[in-house]
Amino acid sequence: MNTLIRFLRKPIASAIVAVAVGFAVAAVVLAVAGFAPGRSFAALFQGALGRPKYIANVIIKATPILLTGVAVAFAYQTGLFNIGAEGQYIAGTIVATIVGVTFDFPAPIQILLVIVSGALAGALLGAFIGFLKARFGIHEVITSIMTNWIMLYLCNFIVSTDAFHKTNSTSAIPINPSGYTMVLPNWKRSEAGIEFLNNIPWLKDVLLKTDLNFGFLIAVAVAILAGILLARTELGYELRAVGHNRDAAHFAGINVEKNIILAMLISGTFCGLAGVLNITGISPHTITTIAAMEGYGFNGLSVAFIAGCSTVGCIPASLLFAGLIYGGMTVQQVMGAPSDIISIMIGTIVFFTALPGVMPLLADVIERRTASAGDPPAPHTEVPPELPAQDRAVRVDNGKGGEE
Amino acid sequence: MEVSPEYAVQMHGIVKRFGSFTALDHVDLNVRKQTVHAILGENGAGKSTLMNILYGLYQADEGAICLDGEEVGIATPTDAIRHGIGMVHQHFMLVENFTVTENIVLGDEVCGAAGVLDMKRAREEVVKIVEEYGFEVDPDAKIEDISVGMQQRVEILKALYRGADTLILDEPTAVLTPQEIEKLIEIMHDLVGKGKTIIIITHKLKEILSSADECSIIRRGVSMGTVDVSKTTETELASKMVGRNVSLTVEKTPAHPGDVILSIRGLSVKDERGIEQVRGLDLDVRAGEIVGIAGIDGNGQKELVSAICNLARSESGTIEVDGREIQNTNPRTSLDNAVAVIPSDRHRWGLVLPFTVGENLVLERHGEERFGKGLTLDYTQVNAFAHELIEQFDIRPAGCEEHVASGLSGGNQQKVIIAREVSASPRVLVAFQPTRGLDVGAIEFVHKALLSVRDGGAAVLLVSFELDEVMDLSDTIAVIYHGKIVGEFAQGTVDEGQIGLLMAGGGAK
Ligand SMILES: Nc1ncnc2c1ncn2[C@@H]1O[C@H](COP(=O)(O)OP(=O)(O)OP(=O)(O)O)[C@@H](O)[C@H]1O
Ligand SMILES: [Mg+2]
Repeated sequence: MNTLIRFLRKPIASAIVAVAVGFAVAAVVLAVAGFAPGRSFAALFQGALGRPKYIANVIIKATPILLTGVAVAFAYQTGLFNIGAEGQYIAGTIVATIVGVTFDFPAPIQILLVIVSGALAGALLGAFIGFLKARFGIHEVITSIMTNWIMLYLCNFIVSTDAFHKTNSTSAIPINPSGYTMVLPNWKRSEAGIEFLNNIPWLKDVLLKTDLNFGFLIAVAVAILAGILLARTELGYELRAVGHNRDAAHFAGINVEKNIILAMLISGTFCGLAGVLNITGISPHTITTIAAMEGYGFNGLSVAFIAGCSTVGCIPASLLFAGLIYGGMTVQQVMGAPSDIISIMIGTIVFFTALPGVMPLLADVIERRTASAGDPPAPHTEVPPELPAQDRAVRVDNGKGGEE
Repeated sequence: MEVSPEYAVQMHGIVKRFGSFTALDHVDLNVRKQTVHAILGENGAGKSTLMNILYGLYQADEGAICLDGEEVGIATPTDAIRHGIGMVHQHFMLVENFTVTENIVLGDEVCGAAGVLDMKRAREEVVKIVEEYGFEVDPDAKIEDISVGMQQRVEILKALYRGADTLILDEPTAVLTPQEIEKLIEIMHDLVGKGKTIIIITHKLKEILSSADECSIIRRGVSMGTVDVSKTTETELASKMVGRNVSLTVEKTPAHPGDVILSIRGLSVKDERGIEQVRGLDLDVRAGEIVGIAGIDGNGQKELVSAICNLARSESGTIEVDGREIQNTNPRTSLDNAVAVIPSDRHRWGLVLPFTVGENLVLERHGEERFGKGLTLDYTQVNAFAHELIEQFDIRPAGCEEHVASGLSGGNQQKVIIAREVSASPRVLVAFQPTRGLDVGAIEFVHKALLSVRDGGAAVLLVSFELDEVMDLSDTIAVIYHGKIVGEFAQGTVDEGQIGLLMAGGGAK
């Protein structure tokens, strides 16, 4: 019983329950729409995990949203809402393409150059948003939305310029292959490679039929490092202090403006990285004209909130999210069910994770029951969510920023 | 327990646990109708928790609540309000950039046809109760622009607006000036005369004697009984509450002042609205002395302190610490010049509430080498350091370094700040309302801490709205009026009457 109570208090409990409820709601929706839920879910799992190739594709799809998810979660923990992840992602893809096309160094240098410049692009855009907030008190959500659109049109503009346009297409020229980050891109297509892979069918499936690349490893490393940065370093301490109580941080001699800019810079770096890795890692290795936001940033938002804004939690969350999207395509094919069902399911999951207070409350109820039954209650130091008494006057954010 | 309609509120056998910690252990409370009933107890004794249960913010694990002789279930504040209970919290809950009227009607808005807010009628209703109870509150002022005393009246109005018969006031006087306190006591008696019942939590024994009819005492979550206020004394109350004899007066040795450390010349500071609040102020504080600033709230104290800790710009004049000018830099410079400040608004300036107590205790010095190797912050060191301060400053519950600060009782939150600032071995210690919300035992402790900082050779500037505190603790008493020091006296050469006159502007030309 105690283990159960302790478990319910953990953020992960909310995540698991949210996922379960999401599936339940999707089942109802499927049934109402006339599709057998059981078979649909079977198709979903089959489509996401049925073949090594599928698994590889889920991982590939998870990579950018893991990074944007970490970016959003990171910013959130420092008190910022980085809805501009999308724009920072696009900035990363644009600069990666420009640099990757313009230069052609030997592979290791080229890869490093492209990745660093793309990440830098995201970083600068993020820092710009942070700067506007820190200096002029302009709310980051407003500037984020605007930079998202600016980046979208900048991308389309670059695609259309003579220097980068690929004739008879809606794309720019692909980057030079020296910048590719797939696993063994040349070897796997060489004769020796194909001969070798013929002996190992699953590996062949994964390597030849997908753009399996190193991006996910980088993204996982970033998620872990971001978590350590926040929880265990001086910088993270300052960032969180500014995020939770800007006035007290300022009073304590912490440079609030610098920390807001830094937080957005770091968050932007992660988004830029997401962009670059999609360019270097998967075909067509370039930017294309985009009509509407592709949703890498916004899906990152969902990932971050499923993960309860824990950066490490974004790792399973992004895999789940990517699995649902990718497996959802199979549901569509096999069952003829609209992919909207999957969107509803994802929406439900995000919706229920947005109620993080429910599980600890449930824990309290169970604890009270068991306590009156003579069972010693589990110790905990968390503040119950019902604690408005200890909050100071609510300050509705009117965009004044931190100036005093 | 005998249930009787003679009582407005009866709480019986209330138990409340937070995890394995029992905050209330079978507490009883009987409040007679139309009386002022005080609740007294040390910081962390469980007073706020008990009242939060009555107001439906917490659920008791055991026990019963009876109102007017009938057992009721109060699961939420909405239930409490429906049963005619209103509460003004220790820490206000007002929306700062809303007007007084908007705050009062918030959650109980006057709506016209089609659910449209009828602010005109709301305003009229607010004006009506403001006049009925004789509160001097401007219904159109924004909360962030009015004094704390005013904010509190808004909170009381909020409860009355919702038809409260029983009013809970959790440490209402902690934030008030003596004048405002007198006014509040008047208001309380007036309300009782109009048929209301008042439960008041306070640490100030004098107030209990002058305002309450009965007083219930809680010690560490256990009822210590109820006393008839007309038959008791301050000393009796204090010892009953703490469980030992407490000295209610400050025992201090003479000061041995040295060189001037903090020197302020011609200082002018504007407030947030651009109105000059400090107007050419001169002040010296020497090593080894406590200079106390006596004055009514709103005479520039806040801006003076803000300028010293570089939260506010100085329009003109200088602030020197050991001969170095520090004005118009940033808070870091003040800290680097060993200026420690105990701020008056602990939740705004003093603490990061979602941080642990340990994290809060290193707030200004997390950059120090002992807490970090390279870029990392060494939490083992941080917590070890915090553990020591928690013991040394008797922050309760013991061993709370890894608890979030928002879970501590108000007084213990204050102790966290005091521990942090006093232990920073400052050259200058600015203490702005340092004992706000502390129990008498803790106040004694803080006063001793300030004296030991003084005797360690630091300059101590005490800014307090409590004249008693300033008079008792200061070696030099400086009276502030209208942004200037209008008189300085060595302790013992002046009486309260003279100071009070100066504070009110008498004598200033
Ligand atoms: N939400 C909570 N979670 C854990 N512990 C809590 C919580 N709220 C209160 N406590 C603990 O319960 C005890 C009583 O707290 P309470 O706020 O009632 O004290 P108080 O008597 O009002 O003190 P003060 O005079 O300092 O305001 C304290 O030890 C406090 O740390
Ligand atoms: Mg309290």
